[in-house]
Amino acid sequence: MSVTIGSGHEGNVREQLTAYKARVKGGEMGALPSVLSLFVLTFLFAALNPFFLTQGNFANLLTQTATLMMLAMALVFVILLAEIDLSAGVTSGVAMALFIIMTNRWGIDWRISIIAGLLCGMAIGAFIGFFVAKVGVPSFVVTLGLFLGFQGLQLALLGDGGIYRIEVPEIRAIMNDNLPGWMGWAFLAVAIAVMALINLYDRSIRTRSGLANRPISLMYTKLIIVAVIGATLVALLNENRSKSIKEISGVPIVVPIALTVLFLGTLLLDRTRFGRHLYAVGGNPEAARRSGIKVVKIRIIAFMLCSSLAVISGIFNASRVGAVEATAGKAIVLSGVAAAVVGGVSLFGGRGRLIHAAVGALVIAIIDNGLGLIGLPAGINFLVTGGVLILAATVDAVSRKRSSGAR
Amino acid sequence: MTSQTPIVELIGITKSFGPVDVLKGIDFTVYAGRVTALVGDNGAGKSTLIKGLAGVQEYDAGVVKFEGQEVTLPSARAAAALGIEVVYQDLALCENLDIVQNMFLGRESMTGITLNEPQMEFEASKTLTGLSVRTVKSVRQKVSSLSGGQRQTVAIARSVLRNAKLVILDEPTAALGVAQTEQVLNLVRRLADSGVAVIIISHNLQDVFKVADDIAVLYLGKMVANLKSSETNHLDVVQYITGTRTMGDQA
Repeated sequence: MSVTIGSGHEGNVREQLTAYKARVKGGEMGALPSVLSLFVLTFLFAALNPFFLTQGNFANLLTQTATLMMLAMALVFVILLAEIDLSAGVTSGVAMALFIIMTNRWGIDWRISIIAGLLCGMAIGAFIGFFVAKVGVPSFVVTLGLFLGFQGLQLALLGDGGIYRIEVPEIRAIMNDNLPGWMGWAFLAVAIAVMALINLYDRSIRTRSGLANRPISLMYTKLIIVAVIGATLVALLNENRSKSIKEISGVPIVVPIALTVLFLGTLLLDRTRFGRHLYAVGGNPEAARRSGIKVVKIRIIAFMLCSSLAVISGIFNASRVGAVEATAGKAIVLSGVAAAVVGGVSLFGGRGRLIHAAVGALVIAIIDNGLGLIGLPAGINFLVTGGVLILAATVDAVSRKRSSGAR
Repeated sequence: MTSQTPIVELIGITKSFGPVDVLKGIDFTVYAGRVTALVGDNGAGKSTLIKGLAGVQEYDAGVVKFEGQEVTLPSARAAAALGIEVVYQDLALCENLDIVQNMFLGRESMTGITLNEPQMEFEASKTLTGLSVRTVKSVRQKVSSLSGGQRQTVAIARSVLRNAKLVILDEPTAALGVAQTEQVLNLVRRLADSGVAVIIISHNLQDVFKVADDIAVLYLGKMVANLKSSETNHLDVVQYITGTRTMGDQA
């Protein structure tokens, strides 16, 4: 009777690596392809254009990515359910239109206006969720309808060709100002400390429950890699990247905001009951229902989260542009879906994480940025991005086939 | 064994769909620690009988006693609350989740608002070990990477984890190969030996004789035979199933 069933935590570093390779071969690739392509693209563009790896371009790239990254992370919540939200972009546009009317026309405090914008997004998400989960209309149709309708609503709110300047310095600062040098380092230190503490806490609980832990050297290796990459980035960004007399240096304010959303969202998905049930509904709704999960409720909350996070991406965009336009958010939504898929989030549902969407957004932004620097015509950019998307979706479909072909 | 109180006793159960009488006054008893095979041809009423016990579809009339108490089973939740668990043919597992996550789906252990993964992992491991499951390497494997037999094992272990008193298995070996069928049947035997009552629906009489203590035969909505598997044979059971023989013939 001395049968012990492992948990994959046993074994030394080499055995862990072998097991990881086996999982990748079995189709559980996660963000691996997109991380690899990130490296390849970086070296490629660095070789082709010396300006690509400068601090100035680098900071530029981060702020270019932030809006797309936030939208892609928003979409993960519904893509995990094998649903789609085509209206995420224009939802953020409507919420920002509300925001700008409140601050500029009515002179309401910007904090209250931001909250109103987020609540507006949440309400729109609840509306979509109701039609999809309760009534049973395909999410593609509901959100396509809203995609069209909200463009009209934006025009009605802001007027034909309406552009409103953002007068709130705090909102403008998100994309245009930077943390002081020491704060960048402090943020990095806090981030690594939090990662280490969570890891050590998990290990201690596992030990107390009599379960095996992965070799601690693996954890240190991971932390050191993150620390080295993080320190390089902070050091680069803390150098002066201005071409004029006025110094520009420091980590853009948007970076810690985006990383905090990524961190909290990941905790929600990985460590709470809601997150577990979201994955279950995405994987097999019928099994989830029979396990007593309230499928309708999970679906509605997912759409609400998606729309709310989309509003944050709208805030980023408004900050970058310095204004709210009547056409805001129309063009970006498909790039958001593409970013999530390129990063390894499965459109079939149930598979993918927020970090995948974030990496996918970086890949798409780097292609955009790098090709622009090389000076190729804009058409090439679309062609390459489209090709990468189809490639990523193919990898997803093939790996899905492979992992379910194991029965 | 049969002198103890039955865990489930059905008396005079009827069910009709419009003009069609599917169950025509069924009496059926199931005992703890025994495997009862429910056999019968397609359309004999096996599914309807089981759906009533699972709380999915209420009976029209008749008495259901659980551990001697008369009960009603208006919903799957009510059945689960009594300790009746059904493992359906499609197993209802989430392939994108791992074994632990599947076994605890819908009833996760928590510390505060976060999932208590170590606790769940430990319990899942313990349950599988208790059932002498040897084929699963890691409880953190995704279900998509498991074989059919392993999936069946996970589905059965999940019902054990939920402290089921009666586990109903719907064609557990239908899609399995020889070795995997053997594994699952062994698991069913151990499940019963641990004191759980098991009802197994099967068309495969070879499997039935291998694992069942009692055999109940349905024929066109009537319970035509209640047999001990040690006191009957293949041919008799086939004759009951096809209606060429009734209980009266024996006497």
